[in-house]
Amino acid sequence: MAAAAALEAVAPTGALWGLVQDFVMGQQEGPADQVAADVKSGSYTVLQVVEALGSSLENPEPRTRARGIQLLSQVLLQCHSLLLEKEVVHLILFYENRLKDHHLVIPSVLQGLRALSLCVSLPPGLAVSVLKAIFQEVHVQSLPQVDRHTVYSIITNFMRTREEGPFVEELFEVTSCYFPIDFTPPPNDPHGIQREDLILSLRAVLASTPRFAEFLLPLLIEKVDSEILSAKLDSLQTLNACCSVYGQKELKDFLPSLWASVRREVFQTASERVEAEGLAALHSLTACLSRSVLRADAEDLLDSFLSNILQDCRHHLCEPDMKLVWPSAKLLQAAAGASARACDHITSNVLPLLLEQFHKHSQSNQRRTILEMILGFLKLQQKWSCEDKDERPLSGFKDQLCSLVFMALTDPNTQLQLVGIRTLTVLGAQPGLLSSGDLELAVGHLYRLSFLEEESQSCRVAALEASGTLATLYPLAFSSHLVPKLAEELCLGESDLARGDGPTKHSQHLCCLQALSAVSTHPSLVKETLPLLLQHLCQMNKGNMAAGPNEVIAVCQSLQQVAEKCQLDPESCWYFHQTAIPCLLALAVQASMPGKEHSVLRKVLLEDEVLAAMVSVIGTATTHLSPDLAAQSVARIVPLFLDGNISFLPENSFPCRFQPFQDGSSGQRRLVALLMAFVCSLPRNVEIPQLNQLMRELLELSCCDSCPFSSTAAAKCFAGLLNKHPAGQQLDEFLQLAVDKVEAGLGSGPCRTQAFTLLLWVTKALLLRYHPLSSCLTDRLMGLLSDPELGPAAADGFSLLMSDCTDVLTRAGHAEVRIMFRQRFFTDNVPALVQGFHAAPQDVKPNYLKGLSHVLNRLPKPVLLPELPTLLSLLLEALSCPDSVVQLSTLSCLQPLLLEAPQVMSLHIDTLVTKFLNLSSSPSMAVRIAALQCMHALTRLPTPVLLPYKPQVIRALAKPLDDKKRLVRKEAVSARGEWFLLGSPGS
Amino acid sequence: MVGGGGAGGGLLENANPLIYERSGERPVTAGEEDEQVPDSIDAREIFDLIRSINDPEHPLTLEELNVVEQVRVQVSDPESTVAVAFTPTIPHCSMATLIGLSIKVKLLRSLPQRFKMDVHITPGTHASEHAVNKQLADKERVAAALENTHLLEVVNQCLSARS
Repeated sequence: MAAAAALEAVAPTGALWGLVQDFVMGQQEGPADQVAADVKSGSYTVLQVVEALGSSLENPEPRTRARGIQLLSQVLLQCHSLLLEKEVVHLILFYENRLKDHHLVIPSVLQGLRALSLCVSLPPGLAVSVLKAIFQEVHVQSLPQVDRHTVYSIITNFMRTREEGPFVEELFEVTSCYFPIDFTPPPNDPHGIQREDLILSLRAVLASTPRFAEFLLPLLIEKVDSEILSAKLDSLQTLNACCSVYGQKELKDFLPSLWASVRREVFQTASERVEAEGLAALHSLTACLSRSVLRADAEDLLDSFLSNILQDCRHHLCEPDMKLVWPSAKLLQAAAGASARACDHITSNVLPLLLEQFHKHSQSNQRRTILEMILGFLKLQQKWSCEDKDERPLSGFKDQLCSLVFMALTDPNTQLQLVGIRTLTVLGAQPGLLSSGDLELAVGHLYRLSFLEEESQSCRVAALEASGTLATLYPLAFSSHLVPKLAEELCLGESDLARGDGPTKHSQHLCCLQALSAVSTHPSLVKETLPLLLQHLCQMNKGNMAAGPNEVIAVCQSLQQVAEKCQLDPESCWYFHQTAIPCLLALAVQASMPGKEHSVLRKVLLEDEVLAAMVSVIGTATTHLSPDLAAQSVARIVPLFLDGNISFLPENSFPCRFQPFQDGSSGQRRLVALLMAFVCSLPRNVEIPQLNQLMRELLELSCCDSCPFSSTAAAKCFAGLLNKHPAGQQLDEFLQLAVDKVEAGLGSGPCRTQAFTLLLWVTKALLLRYHPLSSCLTDRLMGLLSDPELGPAAADGFSLLMSDCTDVLTRAGHAEVRIMFRQRFFTDNVPALVQGFHAAPQDVKPNYLKGLSHVLNRLPKPVLLPELPTLLSLLLEALSCPDSVVQLSTLSCLQPLLLEAPQVMSLHIDTLVTKFLNLSSSPSMAVRIAALQCMHALTRLPTPVLLPYKPQVIRALAKPLDDKKRLVRKEAVSARGEWFLLGSPGS
Repeated sequence: MVGGGGAGGGLLENANPLIYERSGERPVTAGEEDEQVPDSIDAREIFDLIRSINDPEHPLTLEELNVVEQVRVQVSDPESTVAVAFTPTIPHCSMATLIGLSIKVKLLRSLPQRFKMDVHITPGTHASEHAVNKQLADKERVAAALENTHLLEVVNQCLSARS
């Protein structure tokens, strides 16, 4: 039996011997993992590995010995959890002894010790012995970083698993001598170690135990007090890390000095990073003191610490003009943000003081500073209020705070008003704080602020936003005190508009509409505001007021904003959809009917811009519908357009049928845009009834010789549906129909433009979803660049292909849009565009440049940069192109390239300077601005390249300083200023 | 031409100065975006040129220190004249000449050549008002000051965009 077992053991160890030889002598890496796997699976023991290594470990050549130990260390790193205590002891003795070996061997020895430091079964005392051996035998400071990193890992591992009581100070000494890390590895460091790695590893060691506190805290204070920025930052960050393991006991003796250092840094520094780290450290210190568990007889240090902070900061708060006011407020807020107790302590001291200061100072800008500080403290309250239910710390100050906010809201200074509005929002967010009387007053103020004049736009916008936020919390206050007033205002507006009163009335009307949409943030409020807006629109239609397109568009914009606010609440979303859409469609259908009494508004409703505004309302009200509700709606709307089924419209007695696709009037055909808005916003899984017929009708209308608005709407609608249609036979049929239609139309005849538009939209629809046919269609489009009639339109078409639409083919409208489609289009088509440019006759070359400009313009710059060398000569040529669109897009392409690839651009400095200066006197203002921005960006090129041009450029840039347009002068000033600084001292 | 201590070392003369709010970017109007309408050079435009000049000794701008204010800028585009009065933070400020020089250089670099420019101290706000004004008005002295590498360095620092 025993003999058989021994024989069995021979075979695997024979294999082991071969693996060892391959690794040590054969310099192959693979065997190490194999050996480790075999040890794990139990094929042989670690002891057997050591035996197999035997001769290599005693080899006279240090490289061979290093290789042998490397194998053992790698195996241990993978198998340390299997080791028995006895084996660990032997291995440690072996490795400690090997620390005396040749320096080539040391890295592998340290790796082995690192593996052993991870062992759970490490007998007591051995950790100390290992550390002693390391520091005795090896000069850690002069090891390569990778090995120093290993030493730190060994220490960290020991710290994690055990306390080394008797050696705390020694251990601290051997690690802290590296603090702060001021060594930066060379950029080509083969181990890829970054300075940040060293900092973090050392910090992990130093902050690993509270036992270091008495040695570490004085060191940190010393380094914060030093002059070196990086030392300050590292010390503050390490202090921050320590606070998560320290308690009151460790911090106690050092609190006054720590506070003094942090305060000084925040008060005096010019560096925002030091300030931020100082504040973070104070936050952590306070949090640490707040959470420490106290013995019964111990003093609570939090109170005395906070009192110190208050004492040093509060008097600065009383000087709202002075430089130290903000640093003091930030320090107090950093401490107050650490815990509910700290927050209460500081707020209860600071708030009465600030309230008093507000009244003591009468200047608006001083009051603004004080109110901004109050706002900061109130915001911190929000962090804790939910935990602490019995006592609301703010309730005692509520009346004073409210009266102060209302004073701010009536102050003539806009900045103070703005802070007042923000403070009101924060007060409102405190549950149960404001009484109904306070709310009524607040709503009254918000109503007034919602009608502020042109010059206080920012306040008006802030007031609308605050109304929206507060209305979600207090819908009742807004429905009883605000909505009735707005309704009244709207009625007054109707009669004013009917009388055709001046522009102030128009802006009042606009403000009223915006206020209505702003408060539609609660479902109960939407049920009041939406009917008001729709009723207003119907009043306009009845001809009771002299409404122009701008008034109707304004109502639509408000409706669109209400729709947006309803999107997230399914119930409101459906309410909006089924209330607003039939109403809008009814108005539009009525307007499209031929009639004798053509009211003014009827014509207005069919104008391009008005229909576009309605399109955006319908789209927004549709994208978020659930599929089954959407299906209900689609079953009504598609038959309306295909069969003239008007039964679901609220007002449906019309003089004749609604047949936009048959022989209906041109007005009826325009309403296909509204159909487009709806069907192209539906979720993808909603089935569209009569789809086949619908697609054919759309195709027919898209190429019919009616007004361009209807045919474009039909093409877009067709494309939008095509994009979402699942691949398969039906899609292929639709595509074939479309291609036939395009080819028939492009041939010749009156509909070439319409066929081109259809081609463009179909191409876009397929391009977005990476459909294989899209490349054929793109080639067709590219061929049209040299078409004498359609060439310029084809060039502009590239802009449409590359840009995001707002009404169809949008991600929000559930279209299939692959994220990299632009990059892909660029890679697939730019070579052909460049080739086409070179081959094209002179008169159509600008079309190619323009097409290319559109593509480059829309491309993310990181994608463009690597292509620069091949495209640059073309772009430089494009700078001489007389077309200002090409010039503008080329300049906006070159500007970021100047910033990001200055070396490549330096080679063309002569051309660039000449062309940019020429373009800086272009007749187009936008081109002049872009050219001067490029002149500015040129200063990023290496100074020696630029200096020869400096006098010439400074002279030339004197001219645009006197440009007639201010925006151009502004760019000239900044470009010229930078050129002056080139190569000049102090820049 | 600048007397007194250098900008770099030593104690600040006024360590905790009053600070003022910065005005925002000038809002762009429809007229400014219209290619055809000429925009004349006005006081706000001049103020925008000088308000972001850095103070030589504080990490603050001249606007934040209230050294320059829009009301102290007089400009006439048709007559091509500009007058800027600046107010040193304290009556004995040794930086007054340097600040004046920075404003002057900024205007020289930024305004069309046709402009005649006058930079002076707000009357009654500085002990050596007269002497400083005289130096700033003297073209030769200003030119000579800019030949001085050390002075040019400080002026350029004042005119560099804050990092």
